Amino acid sequence: MNHILKFNLNGEAVEVAVKSNEKLLDVLRDKLGAVSAKFGCGVAECGACTVLIDDLSVRSCITFAVEVEGKSVVTLEGLQADGPTKIQKAFIKHNAFQCGFCAPGFIMSATELISKNPSPNEEEMRHALAGNLCRCTGYQNIVDAMNEVAEDNKGGVK
Amino acid sequence: MKENLKVVGHDAVRLDIVEKVLGAAEYTDDIAFGPNLLHMAILGSPYAHAEILSIDTSEAKKLPGVKAVITGEDYPEKFGLYLKDKSIFPVDRVRQVGEQVAGVVATSYEIARNATKLIKVEYKELPVILDPYDSIAEGAILIHPDLGNYVIEPWLEAQPGTNIGHLRRIRKGDIDKGFAEAETIVEGEYHIPHVAHTCIETHISVSKFSLDGRLTMWNSTQSPHTQRNIMAVALGMNHKDVRVIAPPIGGGFGGKAGISMEVMAAAGAKSCPGHPVKLRWTREEEFYNSSQRTGLRNKVKIGFKKNGKIIAFKHEMFWDVGASAEYGSNVVNATGFSATGPYYIPNVYIDSKACYTNNPTCSAYRGFGYSEFSFGIESTMDKAAKIMGIDAVELRRINAIKEGEGVAYDVPMNPNGLIECIDKVAEEIGWGIEEKSDDPNKIIAKGFASVWKAPAMPANESSSAFIKFSEDGSINVMVSGMELGQGLLTVMGKIAAEVLGLTLDKVRVELPDTDRNPYEWQTVASHVTWSCGNAVKRAAIDAKDKILDTVQRAHFIDKSQLYLEDNGVKCTTQDSFYIPFSDFVITGIQTEHNTWVGGPILGSGMFMPEYTNAMVDPKTGLGGHPMVHYTVGAGAVKVEIDKETGRMKVLKMAEAFDLGKAINPDLSKDQINGGFVQGLGTAMWEQCIFDEKGKMLNDGFTDYKIPTIVDVPRDMNPILVEVPQPDGPYGARGHSEHTMIPVMPAIANAVANGLSVRIVDVPVTAEKIAMRMNDPKYKEEM
Repeated sequence: MNHILKFNLNGEAVEVAVKSNEKLLDVLRDKLGAVSAKFGCGVAECGACTVLIDDLSVRSCITFAVEVEGKSVVTLEGLQADGPTKIQKAFIKHNAFQCGFCAPGFIMSATELISKNPSPNEEEMRHALAGNLCRCTGYQNIVDAMNEVAEDNKGGVK
Repeated sequence: MKENLKVVGHDAVRLDIVEKVLGAAEYTDDIAFGPNLLHMAILGSPYAHAEILSIDTSEAKKLPGVKAVITGEDYPEKFGLYLKDKSIFPVDRVRQVGEQVAGVVATSYEIARNATKLIKVEYKELPVILDPYDSIAEGAILIHPDLGNYVIEPWLEAQPGTNIGHLRRIRKGDIDKGFAEAETIVEGEYHIPHVAHTCIETHISVSKFSLDGRLTMWNSTQSPHTQRNIMAVALGMNHKDVRVIAPPIGGGFGGKAGISMEVMAAAGAKSCPGHPVKLRWTREEEFYNSSQRTGLRNKVKIGFKKNGKIIAFKHEMFWDVGASAEYGSNVVNATGFSATGPYYIPNVYIDSKACYTNNPTCSAYRGFGYSEFSFGIESTMDKAAKIMGIDAVELRRINAIKEGEGVAYDVPMNPNGLIECIDKVAEEIGWGIEEKSDDPNKIIAKGFASVWKAPAMPANESSSAFIKFSEDGSINVMVSGMELGQGLLTVMGKIAAEVLGLTLDKVRVELPDTDRNPYEWQTVASHVTWSCGNAVKRAAIDAKDKILDTVQRAHFIDKSQLYLEDNGVKCTTQDSFYIPFSDFVITGIQTEHNTWVGGPILGSGMFMPEYTNAMVDPKTGLGGHPMVHYTVGAGAVKVEIDKETGRMKVLKMAEAFDLGKAINPDLSKDQINGGFVQGLGTAMWEQCIFDEKGKMLNDGFTDYKIPTIVDVPRDMNPILVEVPQPDGPYGARGHSEHTMIPVMPAIANAVANGLSVRIVDVPVTAEKIAMRMNDPKYKEEM
């Protein structure tokens, strides 16, 4: 069955026809052109598809599109509408990614964390990002970048 | 005189980091192909080994939206990189669970998938072989009865009538005499299971036959030119009419080297001209249908003199290459030449056998077999050190191979800093310093390993590069080396910038497109910094020559007095002389007569090692020069283990590699950190688990655990050593794969050092430690 789904995507009202069983990730990528969220597993195990729904990080690959009716969805495209965020700048400075495929998911999870807890300690930060898999980096530069963001939010570093 | 390098050797922000962090990088699946796009799904075999009696596709073809159904009847030919033993779609039998039996192209993936369920296949089950020892047992069913008829590279030795796809032997010196002269002989038998690359981006190909018959493929690949060659030859097309475009890739690690599922996408596209056809693996298909890492059963026997010197070394390797050896045969070949580890040994006996099984096909995986065989060697070395009462690190120093000493195939070893790597790692990890846990139930232990690896390549592998200047003096560097995340773009950009006196912001390095970018064999073997880097350096020197010619002709200054710096040309004899590139690299230089000299500046360069020779004597492995050079290194871990549960935490790691010259020191350290963690996964958790019928029981990330951000050591210490490679660009040689290799043995050695239990089969899980800790069978004396 088809639904006309209305929700807010990256600050703009959108309307799109979806089937009941369609996943949010597929609708974002194939029907709305928001391709920053990636397909990595389809069953919420890798975190590459992470988006924010009403400011909470969600795996869009197992979210039915119809579940976001009336809600606000933010992908990487919307997150940086006013230019790269502090988290993104830190990730750039620290060469935080290699192949980069997991980057959008990490950035969304990190954004949720910092919005709730601006200066997480390292273990809190690792715990918050444990659902995002990266096969390239060994995570060290991601940790370094996030530590810098946390320090900066404390007012510790310029 | 030491070169005064302005770009090379300095840290830099990766050239591709901004596009990746901003989500601007368009991976294959991100490209919009428009409403003409069709989707493909595959029907996989439920059996690991079975005859195909019949395939009925009639119902599938009737499903609305289905455009084509493809089976082996349409494509009976075999393909493969080194040994053509693989079916596009099999005709007569399946050899592993998940092997593609048919493909469906439809207007949506859902329809294609549903249609595969309507295909009726009749099978007759055959005996299943899942272990290399069973594969070579007498009377074993032949997995490839036609092995003798397959097309094979001349340097491979298939054994028709057996399940051995390739056999590489080394017979150096006199092994019996060597063991007879040994004072101590230590042996061990080891097992490495299949593991999976698990790139976060699964394999994907979008293929299109345009209405005039051209084939264009957008592939997530490490090997665009190799894929083009295989497709052109298979289809009887001109190479110029096959185009492979390589968009950014979401991880490779060897799994996207050569060619695999891309042939199926092309087969689907052939049936639907004018339509791009997308084939994207699910995560389950990624485990089954891309490739896995070779499994290994190996027996190591080392004979030592009283002073710790190795005098004799015997290594029998039985590789579980899975259902096809098309690429895995070269893993078997490369390791056959190198499975001594980085030690000088006068008497060597190696047998390396590619054993077909009905497990998923294996191919290249970061380390190319060296991780697997090094586990056994480095475990045996530690065991021997204890038996002889020699410190484990000292034993490696005693045997470390030096420049000029003969490797296993008796060619002199290249310049190397192995001792320096060993010493720096030992110092960083605090070797010899006993440490105690604050928790009385836990012990702290350290483990060490030293390793090497050579690029495994056909003797005539090659790279080439173009450089073109634009009006503003910026350049586009065109190579077909692939950015896998290892930093290739930044390395190539820096080499070009260094030669041309450019700042890095003036440099763009293009991803491969076989229509535009010149030839590269493949981005594998950790060889592109060296090989592609040499090609880029030569292309830059070629462009530089043309720049200097232009200025010489326009200004009548001998070009020996000209040099490039600060994005322009300067002169050693006139301080004020400076012409920015933007003044002339396209337009040329205006003379006093208002005519023009010069024109668009282009450079081209190529590189091929001209001293390699793969044609060795098959009985001894001697007489050739199969490897170009070895990169050496060492790694160590400090672990904390719970004495009751066996639970282990890695507290600290140190790894050092001699990469000749670090083009980007920071990115090289990133490779060490990343490779260490990938190695940690294989050392502690990862294993493809199969039931007795060859079905994989953990084909998802819930059950196949790869390291997360909480699992990794908090104290990571990557160390770079630089003993220049004589034929490397600025002295560089590769080191990205190598970083995985020390981890499995270092972990097992740490457990043996801490708890006197020798784990001979990875992964070294908490269960194994706990259950074997007090079992005398696994006891290793301190």
